[in-house]
Amino acid sequence: MNAIRTLLARPWIWSFIGALIVWLAAITFTGGYGAGGMITAALSLAVFMVIVGIGQMFVITLGPGNVDLSLPANIGLASAVAMKVMDGSNSMIAVGLIAALASGMAVGAANYLLIRVLRIPPIIATLSSSFIVLSIDIAYGRGLQIKPPPAFADFTNIQILGIPILAIGGVIFAFLAGIALQRMIYGRSVLAIGQNMRAAWLAGIPVERIRFLTYTLSGALGGINGALLAGYFRGASVDIGNEYLLSSIAVVVIGGTSVAGGKANVPGIWGASLFLVLLLTMLNTFGVSAGVRLLLTGLIIVGVITAAGGQPAQR
Amino acid sequence: MSAVTSAEPAVRTGWRSPAFARMLRALLPALSLALILIAIAWLNPRAISYFGFNLMLNLAIPIALATIAQMFVITVNELDLSIGTFVGFVGCVTATWLRDAPLLGVIVLLASIGVYAALGALIHLRNLPSIVVTLGMSFVWQGLAILMLPKPGGKAPDWLQGFMSLKPPFVPFPVIAAIVIALGVHFALMRTSYGAVLRGTGGNAQAIRRAGWSILKTKVTMFALAGVFGVLSGMALVGITTSADANLGNGYTLLAIAGVILGGGEFIGGRVSPIGAVIGALTLALAASPLLTFMHIPPDWQVAANGAILIIVLAARALISRREADR
Amino acid sequence: MRLDGVERHFGAVRALDGVDLTVDSRSCVGLVGHNGAGKSTLMHILAGSGRADRGRITIGGHEETAYSVARAQKLGIRCVFQELSLCPNLTVAENARITHASLKGIGWRKHSAALIRAKLDEIFPGHGIDPSDVVGDLAIGQRQMVEVARAFTVTEDPLHLVILDEPTSSLDAHTAGQLLAFVRRAVDQGISSILISHMLGEILSTCDRVVVMRDGKVVATDTASAFDRDRLVATMGGARQRDKTEAAARTRGETALMVRARPRGQTAGAELVAHQGEIIGLAGLAGHGQTRLLLDVYGAAMQGRPGIEVSAPVALVAGDRQTDGIFPLWSIAQNIGIRSLAGLRRGLLLSPEREEALARSWQEKIGIRTPDLDNNILSLSGGNQQKVLFARALGSDARIVLMDDPMRGVDIGTKLEVYDLIREEARKGRTFLWYTTEMDELENCDHVYVFRNGRIVADLAQSELTEEKVIQSSFEESGGPATLRGHAS
Repeated sequence: MNAIRTLLARPWIWSFIGALIVWLAAITFTGGYGAGGMITAALSLAVFMVIVGIGQMFVITLGPGNVDLSLPANIGLASAVAMKVMDGSNSMIAVGLIAALASGMAVGAANYLLIRVLRIPPIIATLSSSFIVLSIDIAYGRGLQIKPPPAFADFTNIQILGIPILAIGGVIFAFLAGIALQRMIYGRSVLAIGQNMRAAWLAGIPVERIRFLTYTLSGALGGINGALLAGYFRGASVDIGNEYLLSSIAVVVIGGTSVAGGKANVPGIWGASLFLVLLLTMLNTFGVSAGVRLLLTGLIIVGVITAAGGQPAQR
Repeated sequence: MSAVTSAEPAVRTGWRSPAFARMLRALLPALSLALILIAIAWLNPRAISYFGFNLMLNLAIPIALATIAQMFVITVNELDLSIGTFVGFVGCVTATWLRDAPLLGVIVLLASIGVYAALGALIHLRNLPSIVVTLGMSFVWQGLAILMLPKPGGKAPDWLQGFMSLKPPFVPFPVIAAIVIALGVHFALMRTSYGAVLRGTGGNAQAIRRAGWSILKTKVTMFALAGVFGVLSGMALVGITTSADANLGNGYTLLAIAGVILGGGEFIGGRVSPIGAVIGALTLALAASPLLTFMHIPPDWQVAANGAILIIVLAARALISRREADR
Repeated sequence: MRLDGVERHFGAVRALDGVDLTVDSRSCVGLVGHNGAGKSTLMHILAGSGRADRGRITIGGHEETAYSVARAQKLGIRCVFQELSLCPNLTVAENARITHASLKGIGWRKHSAALIRAKLDEIFPGHGIDPSDVVGDLAIGQRQMVEVARAFTVTEDPLHLVILDEPTSSLDAHTAGQLLAFVRRAVDQGISSILISHMLGEILSTCDRVVVMRDGKVVATDTASAFDRDRLVATMGGARQRDKTEAAARTRGETALMVRARPRGQTAGAELVAHQGEIIGLAGLAGHGQTRLLLDVYGAAMQGRPGIEVSAPVALVAGDRQTDGIFPLWSIAQNIGIRSLAGLRRGLLLSPEREEALARSWQEKIGIRTPDLDNNILSLSGGNQQKVLFARALGSDARIVLMDDPMRGVDIGTKLEVYDLIREEARKGRTFLWYTTEMDELENCDHVYVFRNGRIVADLAQSELTEEKVIQSSFEESGGPATLRGHAS
């Protein structure tokens, strides 16, 4: 009983409960048919949200106004970079992944420079840089639908006992990110900056270095995500990352991370990602139209945040 | 000179004074607009004509209206990520119900303004992050728009089309509209006595509350105004394009934020400028395609050029603000 | 106006404990007491912005049951709060409109500008403020002038009582004198005031009656002429003449140089010098460049800054806990450990055991009163939160500790404990730079620098330190080089 109570006190548990309810609703509708397959598919798709969600989480935790809107363009460019470098050859997979990572990190570092050197608010800075990245992507990857190397495409689709290997990797990665957040100097610093940037500086935290690392990290995760998406969907495209603009923010918030900064939650991102993906799956199995699907998604986001309540006033 | 000013050794007059820096910052939106116009005139002198402006600035009206809507929300330290899809939703209502069943259309549009006001109340009362609430609402509006108009179509009411294609003598309609919008909102927000209270909410909400005003009321007012201008923006847009599409306004969310910031507004602190916001919107509208087309920038790079223009203008502003802060 | 038995609780803390207060018409009441005595809480209740848990408010003979800001305004009660309540994004005239609801309709801006300009001219001749100035552009002293003038402006509501909470804290002697003279004139015209001030001289010279508060209670009420400075100080409970010899009168410069810094805007003359094991006081009126210099020293230690020498790691104890100090979402232990993260590691990871050990050892040393160090920092009282900030700095590897008026709103018991701790740490070789606005605290220092207008205007050894000297140099109008004693080291 006590164990249940402590479990319920965790903010992330709700997103998992939500995911469970949605899944149960979906399989009730299908009469149990495809229950396992639904989970496998959901795990595969949720991983991509988790990867960018964690990057976005660190950025948002830096405090009010911090957000990375360049992720979609970043993902698009990285997917093109990875596919071009790999060039369909199995031997180039590692190089391609590194290139995608580097492309993402470059975007992240550029974001930080705009914010720091030119003192542009993060929302606008990442937005403007995403315009530029998008153009680079269009010019760089135009018309080329390069297929991923077969080994890479297969890798992204491997399943072990019905669990996609990417999902296993995603869980391990989330675990590491949780450790970094709570038990490493980096994570502590991010949390401190998010609560009060000035107090953090006065407590000896190298604020600007941490912000640089965070934006670069978010960019790097976007880059990796781009490469993996291209493998999973068998090819790069300019709009491959589009849905991650809103969903990366949504999973962070639904997962229990505070938009006001200073409070983050890694497990919740997994829960929220599964919840969102399963929600879409459920609505698809119900056969509702795209409009109803969007409508319900929106209402649920508003409902969740209203129920979860706001933070105490930021003075 | 009284000894007070020496308590904080600040230069209060001349080119280093804060007032001068603020003036420079206020002029910056106008300067960037002028620069873009000069560039266009230089690249294609024929564009600087009655018809040229009509053509180039046509789409600027809905952008300016959406920017003003966003500005109201930013004034009270919130942000609206749903204005774009809301404009799309209004567009769909305008092109369907407002034409076929005007009464229903009007009721739906008024109700949507009510939803905006209710959002303001919800955000204030539950102390919710506006970014997330409006993010959710952006899905809601888009979903409704798709339900209403699954495929591009519909038709704008004739009176609206007629109004949007007015050809007044001498001055192109978009220019007149921009001036009317800018001055009207400037008067309402910057010159009326309640406007001071509204802006004060962004500057120091506690002081406003202590003086006996209701913050709930100011926030609801600002969100409702955002709704009103969102509706106007959607109607204007459909009046120009003559038919609607559920994704019609999607780009407007970010354009509107950029317009406000370009026009000299700030995300927090209640520092906004309606005239600046309209100028910012015009600048974005001109930079978005006419300028780039005339510059023969390949379509691939047009988006990048937009981003670069944003960055350059904002960097210039940051430089000025830095001097302000260093005084 | 009368208050009877007013009580107010914040959690377990009793901020006001049965306060009775009467203000007659045509009188000026001075309210004094240490920080945290409950003065500000009382004023918020009077202004309607705070609520009394118990007690009666009677105004003009009528008991007020549903008292609020609007009601206070109607009854002609205004308040100039300690924390400025102007909107920085609005102009002076627009700010006047915020508190005067009747300033509306056509021509309100002209009307408002004329009213506020007239009042500024009346109170502060030569103020140099234009009603169309944006408040954010004004110097802090000018903002305070605007706030005072706004409170005294009369529109449709009557004006009977103005509460002035530390109105002169950002004003220089000249403007403060203008204000106090005006308060007297206003009293003669029938406007009462309550004047809260730490400048006892102001209270004695301006007020008719003086009320002394301590620990949420009124401990003395009498006519101003019945008080003198010493009696006031004694009643406030701050009269402790400490043994001056205790702070050892060492000759300076025997130990290693730790800090050498000169305030910005001061090109020659005095500079601040601190040696190992010294406690250096930064004195003067609030906001005259002390904090700025501390931050510059801190910045120099973090990433280097020309013109400032700092030869050891630095930690800072913030005075404004909310904006500069605490991390409100964290536990007490996390708040203590944040400055020492590198030392709390075991391998790559932070060790919760080490964090707890650090917090526990300092909890004992400095006496943080809490059942559990894992409780949230906000569960502590203000004084204990401040102790956490001390523990954070003293528990770190810093050899130099900067203190930015850290005892604001801290009770006297805590203060004494912390003073002892600071002296002990200094004996062990730590260096302290201590900005304080309280005379008592300066007596703990080995050497004191007095600041005015961002400059060091006096440089006093412990042996020559007197309150008169500090006040004199804080207020001197011509702080020329004549008053500076050059430092030969």
